[in-house]
Amino acid sequence: MALAEQYGKPAGRRAPGRLGRLVRRSDAAKGYALLSPTLLIMAAAMAAPMLLLALYSFWSQEGTAVDTRATLAQYAIAIGRPTYRALFYRSLAISGLVTLVTVVLAYPMAYFVAFRAGRAKFVWLILLTIPFWTSYLLRVFAWKVILGYNGVINSGLMDLGLIREPLSFLLYNPAAVVVTLAHAWAAFAILPIYVSLEKIDRSLLEAAADLGDGAVRRFFRITLPLSMPGVIGAAVLVFVPTTGDYVTPTLVGGSTGVMIANVIEVQFDRIGNWPLGAALAMASMAAVAIVTILFVQAARLATARVR
Amino acid sequence: MGARRKRQGGYGLLAYALLYLAFLYVPVMFLPLFSFNDSAFIAFPLTGFTTRWYSEMLADSAMHHALLNSLKVGATVSLVSTFLGLLAARALTRYRVPGGGLVLGVTSLPLLIPEIVLGISLLILLNAAAIPLSLYSVVAGHVLVCVPFAITVLMSRFEGFDKSLEEAARDLGDGPLKAFVRVTLPLALPGIVASLLLTFLTSFDEFLIAFFLAGTDATLPLYIWGQLRFPFKLPSVLALGAMILVASALLVVLAEWVRSLGVRERSPTMVGA
Repeated sequence: MALAEQYGKPAGRRAPGRLGRLVRRSDAAKGYALLSPTLLIMAAAMAAPMLLLALYSFWSQEGTAVDTRATLAQYAIAIGRPTYRALFYRSLAISGLVTLVTVVLAYPMAYFVAFRAGRAKFVWLILLTIPFWTSYLLRVFAWKVILGYNGVINSGLMDLGLIREPLSFLLYNPAAVVVTLAHAWAAFAILPIYVSLEKIDRSLLEAAADLGDGAVRRFFRITLPLSMPGVIGAAVLVFVPTTGDYVTPTLVGGSTGVMIANVIEVQFDRIGNWPLGAALAMASMAAVAIVTILFVQAARLATARVR
Repeated sequence: MGARRKRQGGYGLLAYALLYLAFLYVPVMFLPLFSFNDSAFIAFPLTGFTTRWYSEMLADSAMHHALLNSLKVGATVSLVSTFLGLLAARALTRYRVPGGGLVLGVTSLPLLIPEIVLGISLLILLNAAAIPLSLYSVVAGHVLVCVPFAITVLMSRFEGFDKSLEEAARDLGDGPLKAFVRVTLPLALPGIVASLLLTFLTSFDEFLIAFFLAGTDATLPLYIWGQLRFPFKLPSVLALGAMILVASALLVVLAEWVRSLGVRERSPTMVGA
């Protein structure tokens, strides 16, 4: 997003004509020479495993060996079997809900930091960034402690005399997964929204105020549309990884909160049917990509209409 | 009247922001709270203060081993990924690189692929190449995830500074290497330190990729995961978790503080922004 603009800043001095082109070309050559180790390593380290994953998804498991004749059998199972299909829908639904909750909750927070935090802005940003960098596993584990049958909420309510028996509906269901994920990914949603709000030219808001727009109208006509790139970015940043999340459904999901990553893990770890696991992984990435592209297009259209 | 209404709106937002902060921090605070509670059950009412979970955890030799592994992996990952990030960030900010946006897109791809897919696809690759799983494979997986972070942190630092300083050093007779060591490096150093700290932390806390690639040698998150199966171990896991959380938070604050040294406009590292 913003990163894309950063590389292209014009160099300090301009050298016109052929000489200029030559200088610029050598500039690009130098840049690529410096860039090449990182680029090559990253590209190779991404491409090779992904290609192998794709290959595996077209093979099949015969006992302990892998049959390398190309077949669509794994995809037929991954997409066709009702239990897997239900898991795809559930994973998409859970992370869709998580995305909605995190983005809606994060927006006012980001707005506050961008427009109202004043001199304390840096402190606020640090406080909101700390969870982003600290252990995901521990943040999820905290919710298991809170929602458990003998956990913080149940024992707290019983201690206060509000309930007699522990509430069993807190842990091990899709709702627990949604709450936990919404908490664990909150920091990812705030920052992109904050950046897009920060970029808004304040004089636009002043102009609208001078022309008689009230606060609400200013927000819906200027602030919200201009911050949509951040909202879309935040939504993608939360939706894509949460669909494939493994830790949260495993720790707090129980049998009704199982997600697609759980069955992928089972194929690789316990059952040992790597081709089927690969097909499930490919199918889930495709599903996420399709939903994401549709969402981004729809969001852009909606924003364009407002403008 | 208008000003007053605005102020009221401001207080409403402030209240919301404080609530949001509570939502972020309070759930995690239960880990340290119960780690000092003198009961094997993680439940209210609190029964008394104890540090025995800490001494129990600190005496566990499997924990020591896992901690040492995580420190080794984290240190290697932070050095390698910061070095790779340094090359890329320097190239993208110092030279006009055609297609630079695409390059950034490729290097940040690992952030948009679910970790489980990264884990299993790297597992397949190592298996196909007949490379046995070890802490080295964990390092490789972590470097992939950490390079985008390193690039983001370093680019934000490089962008701030003035190319003319380096050119001045050259004009005054410094060779390219000397100019780099005397001018560029000191300016970039805070970014480098921040990148080292943050990539170390990312690797130190990473669970899922290590879960697939570690083989028999456990890192600290894998050790924690293993302990979660035993209810009687939970209090000492809480103690360990509390220590990790506090240490991580301090590292983040340190990294962001170092990174903002000498920069007029301060804003913390934002990935994906």
